[in-house]
Amino acid sequence: MWEYTDKVRDHFLNPRNAGEIENPDGIGEVGNITCGDALRLTFKLDDQGRIKDAKFKTFGCGSAIASASALTELIKGKTLDEAAKLSNGDIAQYLDGLPREKMHCSVMGQEALEAAIVYYKSGGKKTAPPEKDGKVVCTCFNVTDKEIERAIRENKLKTVEDVTNFTKAGGGCGGCHEQIQEMLDKLNGAGTARPQPVARLTTLQKIDRIRDIIQTDIRPILANDGGACELVDVDGNEVTVRFKGHCNGCAFSNNTLVSVVEKKLREKVAENLVVKMV
Amino acid sequence: MDPVIYFDNNATTAVAPEVLEVMLPFLSDRYGNPSSMHRFGGLVRRQIDAARQQVAALLGAHPEEIYFTSCGSESDSMAVVGFTKVHKSRARIITSMVEHPAIRSLCHGLKAEGFELVEVGVSGAGLLDLALVSRLPLDPDTLLTFMWANNETGVLFPVEELAALAHDKGAVFHTDAVQAVGKIPTSVETSAIDMLSLSGHKLHAPKGVGALYVRKGTKLSPFLVGGHQEHGMRAGTENVASIVGLGKACELAMGNLTEENTRVRRLRDRLEAGLLATCAGAHLNGDPARRLPNTTNVSFEFIEGEGILLLLDEKGIAASSGSACTSGSLEPSHVMMAMGVPYTLAHSSVRFSLSRYTTDADVDAVLAAMPAIVTRLRSLSPYVKS
Repeated sequence: MWEYTDKVRDHFLNPRNAGEIENPDGIGEVGNITCGDALRLTFKLDDQGRIKDAKFKTFGCGSAIASASALTELIKGKTLDEAAKLSNGDIAQYLDGLPREKMHCSVMGQEALEAAIVYYKSGGKKTAPPEKDGKVVCTCFNVTDKEIERAIRENKLKTVEDVTNFTKAGGGCGGCHEQIQEMLDKLNGAGTARPQPVARLTTLQKIDRIRDIIQTDIRPILANDGGACELVDVDGNEVTVRFKGHCNGCAFSNNTLVSVVEKKLREKVAENLVVKMV
Repeated sequence: MDPVIYFDNNATTAVAPEVLEVMLPFLSDRYGNPSSMHRFGGLVRRQIDAARQQVAALLGAHPEEIYFTSCGSESDSMAVVGFTKVHKSRARIITSMVEHPAIRSLCHGLKAEGFELVEVGVSGAGLLDLALVSRLPLDPDTLLTFMWANNETGVLFPVEELAALAHDKGAVFHTDAVQAVGKIPTSVETSAIDMLSLSGHKLHAPKGVGALYVRKGTKLSPFLVGGHQEHGMRAGTENVASIVGLGKACELAMGNLTEENTRVRRLRDRLEAGLLATCAGAHLNGDPARRLPNTTNVSFEFIEGEGILLLLDEKGIAASSGSACTSGSLEPSHVMMAMGVPYTLAHSSVRFSLSRYTTDADVDAVLAAMPAIVTRLRSLSPYVKS
């Protein structure tokens, strides 16, 4: 069961502006029955070029219907320039949020609007939103690089799963996951996933953190060989530990000290730590 | 919570009052450990033995061939993984394309580890072609695992014939009978089935208990290693109350098999005929004859399953769907895809599954609600021309 907001439920149970406008000025059709959802948006402009009326027809789940209903409410009364600024986030926000896995419903709304505007501006010659011009990345759901790039940028997406939730790309065979990851790395700047440098610690914070890392990161490694270690002292950047169990007196304990204990503490606490054993 | 009109019995069932009653003492004063030496533990041990006999009786098995587990998925894993551990790299697995994820994901994982896996397709009606399987090379390192009844459509596989086929070549036959046990006769006595999985909560026992039948002489590696429980095949202190409940549920199921196949079947047939007659664009999925008596799976053209479920839910009716949207995945049910159900129908498959607690009034409620729900969603669909 999805945790839909009251607003989503309301727009699903009482959809606003369902139907189709006769002789519309703009028609936007996105999605298809294979992919599991589709939206047909029609609008009519008034004399001042504002959207006088908008209607939708949706094949899809509760949140797809609610997103389309929200879309029509959001664009009525707007000029096309104003409407073009609408993002998928605006649709989701209007509904007090959508489940993360359903964010693609809001993206479908945004794309239908763009397609309808393109239709109007080209006098019906063009029907696809501009992002569809890109190179297809996800062949299962026919999603282009431009669509994925925009979703990453506008929604600050960080993971492949996020991209799938917002665009459906990668939700089928999974063959494009690597390509999506490359796009994420490029747009977010590679290395954003690397651990952030630790801020300067006070002496007490440093001791607490060393104790924590020994407990959570170092002891489990040593425990594999029946060993253990405990913190004896911290003096400036000099950390003293005592090996126990199998590590105590083991010929490789000095190796362990450097390759496990010092390495972990330098990585997780401070670069300049020196570890000794007693 | 308002009373629910429950048509989701293939997902889970209500615990039978008789089952709850026999369980309660083991959740209060009879808390002894069945492995203990004292009489306080011994009396619990005897109840587990009695439950083992009750489960064995329903299957026509010997009690020592029954191993209690924590669920149907565990039973499946115990059978399949236990087999691969014995036969090591020589092991190969033959299964169908419409298995429950408990088998399907497990087998895909084993394939990724390097085991040979063959997945046999089904017909448009969801039926398995026995001749296809008979042409596959089978040997003593081959495990065939085929579900007895499909959870989505209720369609039955000829497991008795498949088991005989396997035995002719010395191969081992396992069936995931989670949906079949308690609904149709499932005898291992009159068939060559080597292993059979069942799950408590599908037959009015609680969640968190299952069983695996393993025919004497079938080589299997232990699943959970530790204590000596379940003959050392599945360590861990027993879930006593649920095991006792499962025993009682199996005893009740034996007595109810006739009802499942008469009264419940008639209710299902009335529901199905009504839906097909009154709902626009309705199509039945799965073979109408070779099917569980409690399940019907109907698709409604050009609309989507989640919307149907949400509107049914508004009326207090619980059902389920093979639509992508309801599962969090983006693709419709692998069962519908394997059957070649077109996308115009696959996204809207709705499963109604009944039980011995389903009433005529329940069926009336669905039949009263569904035509309007379908009409309403069709009026929103861009694929329906007004």
